[in-house]
Amino acid sequence: MNRLARKVFLAAVALFLSAPLVVVAGVSVNEKKRLFFPPEGFSLHWYAELATQAAWLTPVRNSLTIATLAGLVSVSIALPLAYALWRHRVFYAKALYALGIAPFILPPVITALGFLIFWGQFGYAGRIENDIVSHGIFLVTLPLMTISLGLESIDKAIVEAAATMGANARATFRTIILPLVRPYIISGYAFAFVLSLNEYIIAYMVAGFTVETLPIKIFNSLRYGYTPVMGAVAVAFVLIAVAVFGLIGRFGDLPKLLGHWQPEQR
Amino acid sequence: MTAGTNRETPRYGVLGYPTLMLGVFFLGPFGIMVAVSFFHRVPGGFYEPAFELANYARFFTPLFVEHLVLSMYVAVLVAVICVSIGFPFTYLLTRLPRRTQVLWLVFLLSVLSLSEVIVAFSWSVLLSRTAGVSNLLAWAGLMDKPASWTPGFPAMLLGLTYLAFPYTVLMLYPPLSRLDPELGEAARTMGASPLRTFFTVVVPVLRPAILAGLIMVFVFVLGAYLIPQILGRPQHWTLSVLITDQAIYQSNLPFAAAMAVFLLAASLGLIALTLGIGRRAGLRS
Repeated sequence: MNRLARKVFLAAVALFLSAPLVVVAGVSVNEKKRLFFPPEGFSLHWYAELATQAAWLTPVRNSLTIATLAGLVSVSIALPLAYALWRHRVFYAKALYALGIAPFILPPVITALGFLIFWGQFGYAGRIENDIVSHGIFLVTLPLMTISLGLESIDKAIVEAAATMGANARATFRTIILPLVRPYIISGYAFAFVLSLNEYIIAYMVAGFTVETLPIKIFNSLRYGYTPVMGAVAVAFVLIAVAVFGLIGRFGDLPKLLGHWQPEQR
Repeated sequence: MTAGTNRETPRYGVLGYPTLMLGVFFLGPFGIMVAVSFFHRVPGGFYEPAFELANYARFFTPLFVEHLVLSMYVAVLVAVICVSIGFPFTYLLTRLPRRTQVLWLVFLLSVLSLSEVIVAFSWSVLLSRTAGVSNLLAWAGLMDKPASWTPGFPAMLLGLTYLAFPYTVLMLYPPLSRLDPELGEAARTMGASPLRTFFTVVVPVLRPAILAGLIMVFVFVLGAYLIPQILGRPQHWTLSVLITDQAIYQSNLPFAAAMAVFLLAASLGLIALTLGIGRRAGLRS
C-alpha cells in the first residue's frame, strides 16, 4: 500500500509537470490555424513555418546567436574566477564569487532594469551586443558553480606533484587542471546556453524593440491571437532542453552537479 | 604548495578580467540604477540628476501598497504550496535508484529552463475552452460543457506553482540527498512506519533547509513577470510587472528604479536570512 501511495504521488507530480507540454505538443500539429486538443487533423506545417518564414527565422537566429555568445562570456568570466578562488582562497576572490552568484538569485527584473538604464545612459541602446553581455553577466552563476564543483573534486596532490616535477602554473593549468574540469566547463556552458535561450525580461528591457528573441516574439504574437506555431516553438524549446540536459545526464554526473555528495553510493 | 604558487603567479592577476566585467557590467548598472532612483523625473520620458526622495515617497500610495501586498501574498502562497509538495517529492526522489533519479533530474531541469512565456502560454492553452482539461471533465460527464479557466487568480497560482516547482526541488535536493540514510533506517528498525519516520525524523532534522527553501522560492516568485500578465488579470499584477510597466510604458524610470531598489533590498535581506539559517544549522550539526 505504501509503495503504491508513493508511486501515485510521483505519477501525479509527473502528470502535473508534463500536462501542459503534452497539450502544447498536441495543438502544434493541428491542421487548421486553431488550437484544438485533441488536435483536429495532423500536420507538421507549423514546424515548417518556424523554419522557413522570416517572421520566425529572425528571432530564431537572434536567440541562437545571443545564447551561443552569452554562454562564452559567462564561461570566460567564471573560469578565471573559480580558478583563483580554488587556488588561493583569498577574501577578494570570495567576494567576487558572491558577486557572480548574485544576479541569478535576485529577481531578474532588478538586473533587467539596471541594464536598461545602464545602456541608455551611454546612448548605446537596442544592440544585440547588449543582450549578449547582459545575459553573459546574468548567467555567470551557472558556470561559476559547475566549474567550482569540478575544481573541488581535483586531488590537490596531483597539482603538487606537477609542481615538484617542475611544471609552472601555466603548464599545470593547461595539462592537468583544464582537462579535468573540461566536463564541468561544458556543463556550465550548456546551462547558460539553455537559460539564455529562454530568458525574457532582460532581453526585453535591454533591446526588446530592436532585437526580437524567440520568447519576445512569442509574447508579442500572443496579443494578436494564438497560432499553432507557438506550440511548435514550445516543443522545440523542450526538445533542446531535454537534449542538452539528457547529454549531461548521460555523460556527466548530474546528481553531483546538482549538489549530491555521495554519487558512488547507489 | 601554497608557497610555490605564491612565487609563480601574482594572486590577483588572473582576477583582472572577471573584476572588470562584473565591476563594469554588474555593479555599474546597479550603481546607476540606485542613483536614478533619486533623480527627478522629467515628464516626456527622461530624468535629470537631482537628489530627491519623491520616488520613494510614492511607496505610500495605494498603487504601490496594493501591488506590494498582493505580490507578497502570492509569493507566500506559492512558496508554501511548492515546498509542501516539493519536500516529500524530493525526499522520495533522492531515495530512487540512480538511473531513475537522473531521468527525473533531466526532466526537472528541462521544465525549469522553460521560458516563462512558454509556461504561461502552455497553461493558458491547458485551461482554455477549446483545448483544455475542462473538455476532459465535460467528456467524463463531470461538467455540462467545457469552460475557460483563464485568466484568473487560480490560473495564475497554477502557472506560478509550475514555474517554481522544479526550482524548489533543486533547492531541496542537496540537503535531502546528503541526509544520512542510516537516520531513517534507525527509526525504521525501532518500529516507526515510513510516514512516521518522515514526519518525526526527516522533517525536524531538515527544518533549516525547509525554511531556507521557503525563502528562496518566495524571492523566486517575486521575480515572476509574465505569468501574472498572461494568466492573471491587471489587478493580479505583481511588483515585477509594475516595475516594468513604469519603466517601459509610463516612461517613469526614477520610480521604477526606486521600486527595484526596494525589491533588491528586500531580496538581499531575505537571502542574508537564508544564509544565516544555513550557517546556524551548520554549526549545530
